[in-house]
Amino acid sequence: MAQVTPKSDYQGRIHNLQKDMIGRYYARLTAAAEGKGDKAIYMLISGNPVELIAAFDMIPVYPEVNALQLAVKKQSLPLILAAEEMGYSTDNCAYVKADVGMYFAGRKTPFATIPEPDLILCNYVGCNVYLQWFEHLAEYSKAPIYNLDVPFFRTPGPEPLEEDLSYVVKQLEELIEVLERLSGKSLDYKKLQRIMQLSGETGELWSDIKKLTRERPAPFDAYFDSVMMMAPLYCLRGTEDGLRFFQEAYKEMKQRADNHEGPLPQEKFRVVMEGPPPWPFLRQFRDMFSRWGAVAIASTYSTVGGIWEFGFRHDPQHPLESIARHMLQWNVTNRNFIQRYKQIKDYVEDWGADALVIHSVKSCRLFSAGQGDMRDYFTKQLNVPTLLIESDLEDPRYFSEAQLRNRVDAFFESLEHQRTLVKK
Amino acid sequence: MATTPVQETSKLSAIFDSCREMGQDPEFNVAKRWLEDHPGKKAIGCFPIHCPVELIHASGMLPLGIIGAGTQIEVTYADSRFQSFVCSIVKTTLELGLTNRLKFLEGMLFHSICDPARNLSSVFQRNFPDMFVEYIHFPQNFASPLARKYLATEYRRILDGLQQRSGHTPTVDDLNRSIGLYNRIRAALREIYRIRTDTPHVISAAESFVLTRAGTLMAPEEFVKIVEEVLAELPGRPSRPKDRIRVILEGSFCELPPVGLIETLEQAGCYILDDDFLRGWRWFTEDVPIRDNPLHELAESYSERAYYSGTKHDSRETKAAHLIRLVKEKKADAVVMQAAKFCEPALFDYALYRKALDEAKIPHLLLEFEEKTWIFDRARSEAETFVESLLFD
Repeated sequence: MAQVTPKSDYQGRIHNLQKDMIGRYYARLTAAAEGKGDKAIYMLISGNPVELIAAFDMIPVYPEVNALQLAVKKQSLPLILAAEEMGYSTDNCAYVKADVGMYFAGRKTPFATIPEPDLILCNYVGCNVYLQWFEHLAEYSKAPIYNLDVPFFRTPGPEPLEEDLSYVVKQLEELIEVLERLSGKSLDYKKLQRIMQLSGETGELWSDIKKLTRERPAPFDAYFDSVMMMAPLYCLRGTEDGLRFFQEAYKEMKQRADNHEGPLPQEKFRVVMEGPPPWPFLRQFRDMFSRWGAVAIASTYSTVGGIWEFGFRHDPQHPLESIARHMLQWNVTNRNFIQRYKQIKDYVEDWGADALVIHSVKSCRLFSAGQGDMRDYFTKQLNVPTLLIESDLEDPRYFSEAQLRNRVDAFFESLEHQRTLVKK
Repeated sequence: MATTPVQETSKLSAIFDSCREMGQDPEFNVAKRWLEDHPGKKAIGCFPIHCPVELIHASGMLPLGIIGAGTQIEVTYADSRFQSFVCSIVKTTLELGLTNRLKFLEGMLFHSICDPARNLSSVFQRNFPDMFVEYIHFPQNFASPLARKYLATEYRRILDGLQQRSGHTPTVDDLNRSIGLYNRIRAALREIYRIRTDTPHVISAAESFVLTRAGTLMAPEEFVKIVEEVLAELPGRPSRPKDRIRVILEGSFCELPPVGLIETLEQAGCYILDDDFLRGWRWFTEDVPIRDNPLHELAESYSERAYYSGTKHDSRETKAAHLIRLVKEKKADAVVMQAAKFCEPALFDYALYRKALDEAKIPHLLLEFEEKTWIFDRARSEAETFVESLLFD
């Protein structure tokens, strides 16, 4: 078995910048929780309309980000168990359970105190669990809820249906009225345009960063390192800070690409990763791939909040329409399987991948239910070697390290063997 | 059969027996025979929960409930497509397709009810490219008038697709005739549910379940006669009340529970006054109005005059408040949450309901099931214990 020494995570300049900025974001959350800050709007990551929230100087709270932070900090299990005590099933999404457990435990976390919601904005994009999750939070907190109903992207495309677009735009107009009532002030359209401008530039940089992994070696891992850049993308998009982060990130990654530096001493396999990561065991999971010299050159998970690498940009001239397009069309969760297959196929072909790795997580059926069909398509129809492995994104009970390692080893061993045969 | 409350050899028991048999046929022979007798007609499968069957019918096609396969088939191929943590109905429905049992269908309609059902729609599209596969987005923003308007446009899109496949462009009269026919069926089923609430010893939940299921497997023109005949026969049915607790059953709105499980609950001492079995096929609490704009009326009824469901998120009244109101209205003693294994919407609802029911001091019992369960000992013992705790409290 030919292995390379694991060198698991990327530790560049932007790591510290990310820590600082996200630290400030969490300080804002804590201030809001203590009644000294801005109004808190609960939202979901997928296709989030953070630009509108920022235009009213409100603060977005993402229960998903909080849940994953709890998992990373190994705090999720007791909260999951507390929710199961309340009646949540072992088969319910563990993000929801960790969040509900945290809510009833006083909303205190190692990184922030999470404020009560002033508004629950269910920007329902794709995932049906979102609807349940926010329905429950509304019931528990008694906060007002607005279900921003985003029709699933269910036609072949490439454009969403006209009626879907106008339905979402009209709801955004309703939402603006809700936010105006909540804040007691009218929407400052110029300010919204400025925020859209910042989001547009941020998206441009993020797209450029993602395209750098077409280089050989890829300058960073588009799965494990991308997640570090995702928090600023959601929590800080539309702000000067957010833009600065991505300017720095691009500079650093471009330099690495120019110097032919990769995250590992040697890039032996280029893979596309599908599915969310196992947050409680991120390091162990990463090592399983690093030891084989496997680098992710693209990932679907890094597109849950938006897909920028195929051309989408927030447009200051058409703010509501472009927010609607972001929600309807330009994020992976609102796309059907056929469209996701196409996205992965594009990564495999245009970014140059040797294989597809599907990490199937029990919690998120939006991602996972039916991934056996995806494997069937990629192996049988496209001849792309595909590995399907299972664990969870939040619940540490579903991570079986030895079993996963065996599967990963067997897969790369066989890929390596095939390469040897081809060489002969 | 155990479905009859009192020994009888009446027309009714014959009807219920034949309905039960129909519900257990994975070959859909009744529908196939009807199609043979009606050359040129096509059939469209409807995945749960609610499907605008009127659009299919008015386009000149036969809507059929394709709702898993119970214990009737073994899953051989679908297991490799959908993981172990996905509910049974998704796998058995795909298995029906992969074993060519759905070849007689022109298409399948799926709906925005849950994540696995949505992905199943894509898997059908890829694996059965000749099939007309559509995915209907049912809106969730009920607090806004935009949702109703939007749904009418979504119905228009679906109708356009259907008429292309059937070759018949339905007129307003066609649509209204279909609405009228399904109104008659739904009104009869509502009446049966009313009778069950008022006099639960007259017709059992298992009987009304097999009857409703049969209605999804045959032409509505045939079913309306059967369901109205049942209604005509019920008043003369010999029966006597038993000492049972009165329960509302929730959580079985998608995957079908085995009939034996419903009977087990009833035999354990429950009168099931109301349930959400096949709720999508009963959907409206009143007739859909017959007016000039049928698509608008269907959408308006969906938003304003439809039953609650685990997959509808209507912020105008919380689900828990609604359930508690229902318990009070029906004078029920308790709630049985009978959720399909791995069914996230039902299992999420349970957590919400449990807290609210505890606070309202309404007893409740959670039972998980799979369509393929065929031994009910555990459910029986849990239900008996629950009933006894209430009867002898």
